[in-house]
Amino acid sequence: MGTDMAHQESVSAGADDSGRASLIYDPRVRGFVFQALLIIVVAGLVWSGLTNAHDNLQRAGIASGFGFFKERAGFDIGQSFIHYTNDSTYLRAFFVGLGNTLVVAVIGIFFATVIGFIVGLARLSKNYLVRKFATVYVETLRNIPLLLQLLFWYKAVLSILPSPRAMGIEPGSEIAFSLNNRGLYLPRIVPEAGASLILFTAIAVLAVWFVLGRWAKKRQMATGQQFPVFVTGLGLFIVLPLLAFFVTGMPLSLEYASLQGFNMVNGWVIQPEFMALLLGLSLYTASFIAEIVRAGILAVSHGQTEAAYALGIRPNLTSRLVIVPQAMRVIIPPLTSQYLNLTKNSSLAVAIGYPDLVSVTGTVLNQTGQAVEVISITMLVYLTLSLLTSAFMNWFNASVALVER
Amino acid sequence: MDHTTKSIAYVRTEETPRSAPPSKSGGVGGWLKENLFATPRDTVLTIITFLVLLWIIPPVIDWAFISAVWTGDNREACIGPDTGACWAFVDAKFGQFIYGRYPLEERWRVNLAGLLLVAGLVPIAIPSVPYKRENALYLLIVFPVLAFILLTGQFGLKPVETPLWGGLLVTLVVAIVGIVVSFPLGILLALGRRSHMPIVKMFCVIFIEFWRGVPLITVLFMSSVMLPLFLPDGVSFDKLLRALIGVALFSSAYMAEVIRGGLQAIPKGQYEAANAMALTFWQGTRLVIMPQALKLVIPGIVNTFIGLFKDTSLVLIIGLFDLLGIVQQNMTDPNWISPVTPATGFVFAAFVFFIFCFGMSRYSAYMERRLDTGHKR
Repeated sequence: MGTDMAHQESVSAGADDSGRASLIYDPRVRGFVFQALLIIVVAGLVWSGLTNAHDNLQRAGIASGFGFFKERAGFDIGQSFIHYTNDSTYLRAFFVGLGNTLVVAVIGIFFATVIGFIVGLARLSKNYLVRKFATVYVETLRNIPLLLQLLFWYKAVLSILPSPRAMGIEPGSEIAFSLNNRGLYLPRIVPEAGASLILFTAIAVLAVWFVLGRWAKKRQMATGQQFPVFVTGLGLFIVLPLLAFFVTGMPLSLEYASLQGFNMVNGWVIQPEFMALLLGLSLYTASFIAEIVRAGILAVSHGQTEAAYALGIRPNLTSRLVIVPQAMRVIIPPLTSQYLNLTKNSSLAVAIGYPDLVSVTGTVLNQTGQAVEVISITMLVYLTLSLLTSAFMNWFNASVALVER
Repeated sequence: MDHTTKSIAYVRTEETPRSAPPSKSGGVGGWLKENLFATPRDTVLTIITFLVLLWIIPPVIDWAFISAVWTGDNREACIGPDTGACWAFVDAKFGQFIYGRYPLEERWRVNLAGLLLVAGLVPIAIPSVPYKRENALYLLIVFPVLAFILLTGQFGLKPVETPLWGGLLVTLVVAIVGIVVSFPLGILLALGRRSHMPIVKMFCVIFIEFWRGVPLITVLFMSSVMLPLFLPDGVSFDKLLRALIGVALFSSAYMAEVIRGGLQAIPKGQYEAANAMALTFWQGTRLVIMPQALKLVIPGIVNTFIGLFKDTSLVLIIGLFDLLGIVQQNMTDPNWISPVTPATGFVFAAFVFFIFCFGMSRYSAYMERRLDTGHKR
């Protein structure tokens, strides 16, 4: 940047008269000495830290290394998306935790984005009531620590819900929807033979939709004729899988939850920990996204709107074709960092007992005492996630960015 | 009539009927029409929002005020089918929420430290009060030393171990130490990241990106579990101090990025001018670049402070009792256990955090407006 050039100039100026002045005034010599000192100090710190750690570990009788990953974990995990029992290895437990983190982060990002955009637009509404409501939402949620919100949802809202029995659920009866202190119970869709055809149809329609979009854009560029891609695509997406559903003889059935003894069985259960984490993360992050969206739209100058109106473009199309594409360029970079924040904040799950990566590795740490290995691997995972997300968002940002001279 | 229709020229021969007056645009009715019922869609939105508010607000008011329990000595008062907030719980535990288990007879020291802080903060926050430099020095150097002496108990004061500290005291200690350390460290890191010395730059980039890439909770775990391993045998840090180190390093990385934004916004001419005046790098930075860069990013700095203040609540996960931690701990007190106790405690803690964070954000918005007019001139 500018400074670097300025520095370079001063460096070369210094080099010219180095014969006349003393060596300590030569910026190159100084820079060299300074950096050498820095390396020595940092290397010394790292070295002394490592030798201390080595001594301390030996004294505590802990063998360093990642061998413990192959040992039996011996603890249960409440929610897992891959097969896991307490006989599985630590490595598998680790992946279960990672999977849980990713699941809650992806779903949280989805909800936070949707709520954030709605609230952000509401803050710009001409309607007084809507605008003030959105303002109060944003100011309240973003000024209260996320951890407090998570604990509130978990301990003050979801945990004090009545138990299934107290809600008057008859033992054995089938329940389509129930929110109680065991979680949210919904029917589960059970696929039977031939159900995969429906899935394949849906995927095929998505592919067709994509190709159709490309073709329509090409045609519009060439001839100016438009094609209703969205309506066609959505229609196909609903009709064809439905057709496949009936053709294959309706191979999907619903499995309802029911009460047996004190426990709910069957059905599709969303655990209170997961719900509290999802609620907290998405509502909190949405308040930040709302502010980003608002700032992004305000950043598009009013002249753009007026120009669009002057061309006779209707208000709805104006926002879709003129305002939003320009606002997105302002919105996307800070949006990326909010997505990263949400992913990192999902580590607060440890406070409410959702088995995310930090929570699982915390248990592993307590059982094995391998603090260095466990914590460094956890940090490495988050670093990788951060770098991957920002790489993806940078690519996306580049694809929507204004091409300037 | 016949005559008028044949003529091309139009001459009015009678008065036109008066048109109706325009619909009212002032007053309450006009305001309502413009802001709530301008279009059919607006009307629908207004009605929906109104219904939502009607669904939320009366129960909240009922819970917080009408059905709330204001006095009582134990859980008996707060157990009942329709009790609202149990404010008696907050009242009974208020001392703990503020001071933690700090000895009763020594609490004046905490109060005095708080007073010293306010005495430094108020004048620096009001733009028209002079002696800003002395004031900043007081806040950054003199006050931390005084507060350290008062709180830990040096020079003949009775020592108070940090495990006894708690509540708002710990929250403020963590936040203020984080702020005071992260500010100069952040400036150094930001300068380092823009340095022309490749190794310095590389270290700073790695440092910043590392801390920004990991969650604070893993940083706290690291400082509480891993840090003792890297220290020589016999050297051990206090638990609070370990958390402080973690928080300070973490927030200095964020601060560095904010300040770097300010440095990048300074036109190249300013750097060149500083060089042309034969100022050394540090003179130029101190006298020309930093004053402008910091002024530009005051809102960003305050936002980092707000984030840091909220993040202090995470120390409860490594077993320190900050405001949220002590509120949560007191919820399990058998004397006060009731279905409404958790909600009451959390709402109280949320209110305290909200006051601080909202206050800071309002102040930052005020400063932004103040500095903005300076720029538009």
